[in-house]
Amino acid sequence: MKYYRNTAASLGLCSCHVCGLVSRIGAETGGARCPRCATRLHTRKPHGVEQCWALLIAAYILYLPANLMTIMETGSLISYRKDTILSGVVHLWQNGSMGIAVIVFIASIVVPLFKLLTLTWLLISVQKRSTRHPAERTRLYRLIELVGRWSMLDIYVVTLLAALVQMQSLATVKAGPGAIAFGAVVVLTMFAAMRFDPRLIWDPLQKES
Amino acid sequence: MVWMTLSFHHHNITKRRRRRERSCDNLAMHTGEGRAMEDSSISFIACHECDLLLREIALEPGRAAACPRCGATLYRHSTDSINRTLALAAAAALLFLIANIYPIFGIESQGNDAATNLYGAVRSLWDQKMHFISTLVFITAIVVPSLELSLLIYLLLPLTAGHIPAGLAPLMRFLQGIKPWGMVEVFMLGILVALVKLTDDFRIIPGVALWSYGGVTFLLAAVAATFNPRDVWTCLEVRVREGKSP
Repeated sequence: MKYYRNTAASLGLCSCHVCGLVSRIGAETGGARCPRCATRLHTRKPHGVEQCWALLIAAYILYLPANLMTIMETGSLISYRKDTILSGVVHLWQNGSMGIAVIVFIASIVVPLFKLLTLTWLLISVQKRSTRHPAERTRLYRLIELVGRWSMLDIYVVTLLAALVQMQSLATVKAGPGAIAFGAVVVLTMFAAMRFDPRLIWDPLQKES
Repeated sequence: MVWMTLSFHHHNITKRRRRRERSCDNLAMHTGEGRAMEDSSISFIACHECDLLLREIALEPGRAAACPRCGATLYRHSTDSINRTLALAAAAALLFLIANIYPIFGIESQGNDAATNLYGAVRSLWDQKMHFISTLVFITAIVVPSLELSLLIYLLLPLTAGHIPAGLAPLMRFLQGIKPWGMVEVFMLGILVALVKLTDDFRIIPGVALWSYGGVTFLLAAVAATFNPRDVWTCLEVRVREGKSP
């Protein structure tokens, strides 16, 4: 299959990331603006790889407290428990809500981990100028952009439980410090995925045509 | 900078949204030394995910064009996109307002009951000194969705009457920037999970907002499927070519 034809960048063209208009940009890529919507034009996201790494490393660091620290404290007259993300899932499973347990497990554990590892792999492969499996890597990138937001699920659950049960005097539910770290991981990985430029996956193929 | 004239070059390689065939020979451009650039009857787009330069083709309604190299959806032809999106956004905005005013659900146990709407939950979390989480929920579930809906209405209403609203280009850019942070559908799932967790210890009283959120989730998905930013840019372009500033 001969797929590798011309990219816009190889012809000195640049498509606007807001309105999609393709325009010619000269050697000075700095100040060029889209003639239709006046957005600043970049052939590739400026400093995308560096910023993506920075955000990703920050997310890795916070990933530990997010999973090890308490995300929710539940107390009533007869019982008191502290839950991390994983123990919350286990508790749901044991209480018979297996479907919900699976949903929470995927949204809170599988998705963030998958996102961190995939982004790491994408960044390394881009920096090594790998030419292998570009279509699959692009598809993976599309997938993490799509599913990343669903990790916010646990944050919303904690918010609703804490607010409702707090108003009711017999029991208490409190958000723990793990929730802060977890929220930060979700936000950081979302920013990291936005800073990654999937076009970099295809650039190394350019020379082979 | 050179303007690429947008006009539709006719080729019969339209694709169904689901059954996408890759026919790269028709879509992909065979450039020599960029000669085709000067031909004003052809317009070009670059794939936003792999930067392949492609020739635009006309699509039949309801179909989408896909990049032959990486498979990204390039653009769609949605019938009457501006009018339909406006209608859906107006309906979503109304329901979203209701969803934010009335309680989502209440709980009752041994005579004590409590109910809250989303803003109440955010306030309560703020009072528990969880400022970061509270802000995060406030932005993603209240601020961004309401901004998104009101901006859509502000931008699309004048366009249906043939006017270009002030600040169209920067607002479209802003809209695109905040879009990933609107998470009503995730919040909807959060409500359901919270309900399941509470049914063990409490009696649940469903509130008006519970149903409204369901409706909002559905309508926002419809807005996302109908809205076609390309149509907005085409409106702006016609105006620019007529010599009026954007």
